[in-house]
Amino acid sequence: MSKHVLIADDEPNIVISLEFLMKREGHRVTVARDGDAALDTIRRERPDLVLLDVMMPGKSGFEVCQAVRADEALAAVKILMLSAKGRDTDLAKGSALGADAYMTKPFSTRELADKVRELLGPA
Amino acid sequence: MLSAPLVLAASFAYLLLLFGVAHFADARGRSGRSVIGNAWIYTLSMGVYCTAWTYFGSVGRAASSGLWFLPIYLGPTLAMLLAWPVLRKMIRIARQYRITSIADFIASRYGKSRALAALVTVIALVGILPYVALQLKAISSGYALLTATPGEAHGGGPWWRDSTLYFALALAGFTIAFGTRHLDTSERHEGMVAAIALESVVKLLAFIAVGVFVCWGLFDSPGEIFARAAARADLKPLLGLGGESRFTGGQWFALTLLAMLSVIFLPRQFQVMVVENVDERHVKRASWAFPLYLLLINLFVLPIALGGLLHFGPGGADPDTFVLSLPLALDQPALALVAFIGGLSAATGMIIVEAIAVSTMVSNDLVMPLLLRRRQGTRDLSGTPLAVRRVVIVALLLLGYLYFRIAGEAYALVSIGLISFAAVAQFAPALLGGMFWKGGTRAGALAGLGAGFALWTYTLMLPSIAKSGWLPTAFMRDGLFGLALLRPEQLFGLTGLDSLSHALLWSLLVNAGLYVVVSLARAPTAGEAGQALLFVDVFERSGTGAAAAPVFWRGRASVAGLQQLAARFLGAEAAQRLFANVARQRGVDQIERIAADAQLVQHVETQLAGAIGSASAHAVVAGVVDEEPLAPADILRMLDEASQVRAQNRQLESLDKLKDDFMSSVTHELRTPLTSIRAFAELMRDDPAMDSEQRQQFVALIVAEAERLSRLVNQVLDMAKIESGHGDWRNEAIDLRELIAHALQTTREAFRERGAEVAVEQPDAVPLLHADRDRLLQVLLNLLSNAAKFVPPGRGRVVIKLSSDARAATIEVRDNGPGIAPDQQQYVFEKFRQGGDAANRPQGTGLGLPISRQIVEHFGGRMWLQSVPGQGACFGFDLPWHHEQTAS
Repeated sequence: MSKHVLIADDEPNIVISLEFLMKREGHRVTVARDGDAALDTIRRERPDLVLLDVMMPGKSGFEVCQAVRADEALAAVKILMLSAKGRDTDLAKGSALGADAYMTKPFSTRELADKVRELLGPA
Repeated sequence: MLSAPLVLAASFAYLLLLFGVAHFADARGRSGRSVIGNAWIYTLSMGVYCTAWTYFGSVGRAASSGLWFLPIYLGPTLAMLLAWPVLRKMIRIARQYRITSIADFIASRYGKSRALAALVTVIALVGILPYVALQLKAISSGYALLTATPGEAHGGGPWWRDSTLYFALALAGFTIAFGTRHLDTSERHEGMVAAIALESVVKLLAFIAVGVFVCWGLFDSPGEIFARAAARADLKPLLGLGGESRFTGGQWFALTLLAMLSVIFLPRQFQVMVVENVDERHVKRASWAFPLYLLLINLFVLPIALGGLLHFGPGGADPDTFVLSLPLALDQPALALVAFIGGLSAATGMIIVEAIAVSTMVSNDLVMPLLLRRRQGTRDLSGTPLAVRRVVIVALLLLGYLYFRIAGEAYALVSIGLISFAAVAQFAPALLGGMFWKGGTRAGALAGLGAGFALWTYTLMLPSIAKSGWLPTAFMRDGLFGLALLRPEQLFGLTGLDSLSHALLWSLLVNAGLYVVVSLARAPTAGEAGQALLFVDVFERSGTGAAAAPVFWRGRASVAGLQQLAARFLGAEAAQRLFANVARQRGVDQIERIAADAQLVQHVETQLAGAIGSASAHAVVAGVVDEEPLAPADILRMLDEASQVRAQNRQLESLDKLKDDFMSSVTHELRTPLTSIRAFAELMRDDPAMDSEQRQQFVALIVAEAERLSRLVNQVLDMAKIESGHGDWRNEAIDLRELIAHALQTTREAFRERGAEVAVEQPDAVPLLHADRDRLLQVLLNLLSNAAKFVPPGRGRVVIKLSSDARAATIEVRDNGPGIAPDQQQYVFEKFRQGGDAANRPQGTGLGLPISRQIVEHFGGRMWLQSVPGQGACFGFDLPWHHEQTAS
């Protein structure tokens, strides 16, 4: 069951690893290098899931998440936030802004794959 | 006409409602869901200013002299609009030093003087007692009018059948129940405030209801009332400033000033506006909302007065009771009852709040000092202050009732409203002066207050007693001892003023004059100077940390002694809690290990001040500690120390924050390469069949990220070393031409890979520079490798230019890369801020440039960036040939 996953991160090597992982899971992948590009892509292509980095140039991941959740038309887009700041406050902020899940970097690729599978569900 | 049981039942039902509301608000407050914590309730509680005297009396005043009822409302309006910052400062001072009454406020300012506290309390008591009687009279005569039992209005019936007595007792009960529930005055009287706010709404609505009835029920419109009044020669003057007395600017000014002062200094106003204030910010809204309330409650005063005069004809009914008699005469008993309840709410609100405020003062500043003198030792007195306050409340109301029975119809009572105002106006010089002038002293305040009070008594109080027939009036006509100069209402030959303006002029003039002159005669003592600083500069001195406020105390104390003292007045349990809190704040595990320093003494004294007043608290604390006297110079020194400590604290806090930010950034920067390394490694682990090309790519990336990680670790350590001043700096002679050659040699491979050309422009020889060669090489390598990363592949061009003048050598590295946007330029030298487009940004650490700049600055140079986007970037730095070696 192929889904469309958007990877929004500004670290090229992390993007390479995530892209590889998602493709291996059988998904179609699009990449955005900053917050504004991520938001544009989400609005245009309505991916099933966004792997959203918090610290990005332009709009931060939190701002992107907030904008997406404010838009009824994008309600179906799942958001998994990734952050190199493992603070509890960040985690709380992410879920308060409507992220579906939150993982800290460095993440385990297996856990990430499991989480993505869980979010995308059987449907 | 209404039946007596109906009126009584309605009145007591209303009192029960007050109990219910107060109980509800108290319960909510205890469970942490306060209902009084907003600016509207605060504003409404200020409405306690409008008593029965104004509820009934404004109409009476308007009926006899037109617009003369207005100054009593204009004053507070002006005070709130203009002087709300003064009020805010009073609130801050009272909060900071646990001040619970106006007597405490003044006494505390002048070195916690017991004598001043007692004097202020006596003035308040003398001024207020008849005022309470007046409220009881209003209730009583209103009741008599409604039920048509004229005997009772004059106190004619036997006292045990007088319902007014039972009202007084019920009010005493209410005040005790909601005003003396607990001693710790940091907890406020939430129930009382909620009830007072409700009373303000009730009296406003009741008065407006009567006004609407008169304007549109009895007459067709307010316009008709004014038109008919204007048509009658006897009523026409009331529409202007005339009336019985001609308009005189002086008297208007005096009345307005009087009302301005009393809206802040009446004990009940101080109680609701300062002591019960929950949040300073509420003052802002109250500054316009309270004047609005006053406007609303005055809207119908003139129409009701004129309507009553038109309806009853001159002399037909007492204008003071028009609010009741108009609905009654027109057979509107329900409205009359509503109007009566409105008057009842005006009277009860005043009595309740005034009783709480005055009982606190009498207990703290008159009774407790006497008790303490007689009962020295260690006996538990924790229940005493509350018990004393309860007794004082009952006594106050009974005295008020007695006063009303004896002097019910006398002139002294009728005119007491303004006389009361004039008494509390005497607080103004000492209180306002004390808040804004550091030079005021205890002696000055005592002299001013004492003289002002004496003059008030002689020029206003005694004449009013004489006019009531209780004193021979000879002294008024001929002056004391037959000296015409001493005639109380024309003192020293001052004529042409009404008695109130005359009294106010003399008493305030002498009061303020003596306050200033006596204060100036002698420099403040240490105790006075310390309190003066704490009051006048309260906004600068009060901070979040108690330790930051200066403490003007020196001596020896013991924790056990202080705890015993606290237990004596607050109860053993509360004292234990108090000291356990201090221990926790100071991070010690046992109460015994708290240091008995000045802060502790101060803290205990402040807590006690909330219970027994600051003057008494100071006296009892002084009894258990060994205090060394301070000189005024000590105060200045201590102040200096306190501000130094505060400045150091601030500095430390900001350093801590910088460090936190740095650590958080470092953590983030470390995790980023770790993320890639872990992800690639796991991907290879989980996919043994991965093709070898892919595997090669991942391994190469792992190696690159691992290198980045070690570079980062090294640079963080480097940065930390340089910043902490522990860098290991060498000082050797360097040939900059040779250094540049070395750097180019090292980066040659990188430029070749990138297909970039490098050119050098330099003079044939430069002097030797004294610096650390390795560090300077580090700077050059950083600039060159940055350039190599950013130049366009295949057609890059980099120029290194060395130049020198008499002062310094300058090195510039210019590339033809994308350049740096103007808004980004300010960030390139900040830690962890990497320039360039994120997508193809080379793998930097974000520390290279900040470190380079630190190195250059260490040798007395500067580093800069010049860049126009699209035309490349030029990083440069200069190094002076000679510079002062810094300590590191």
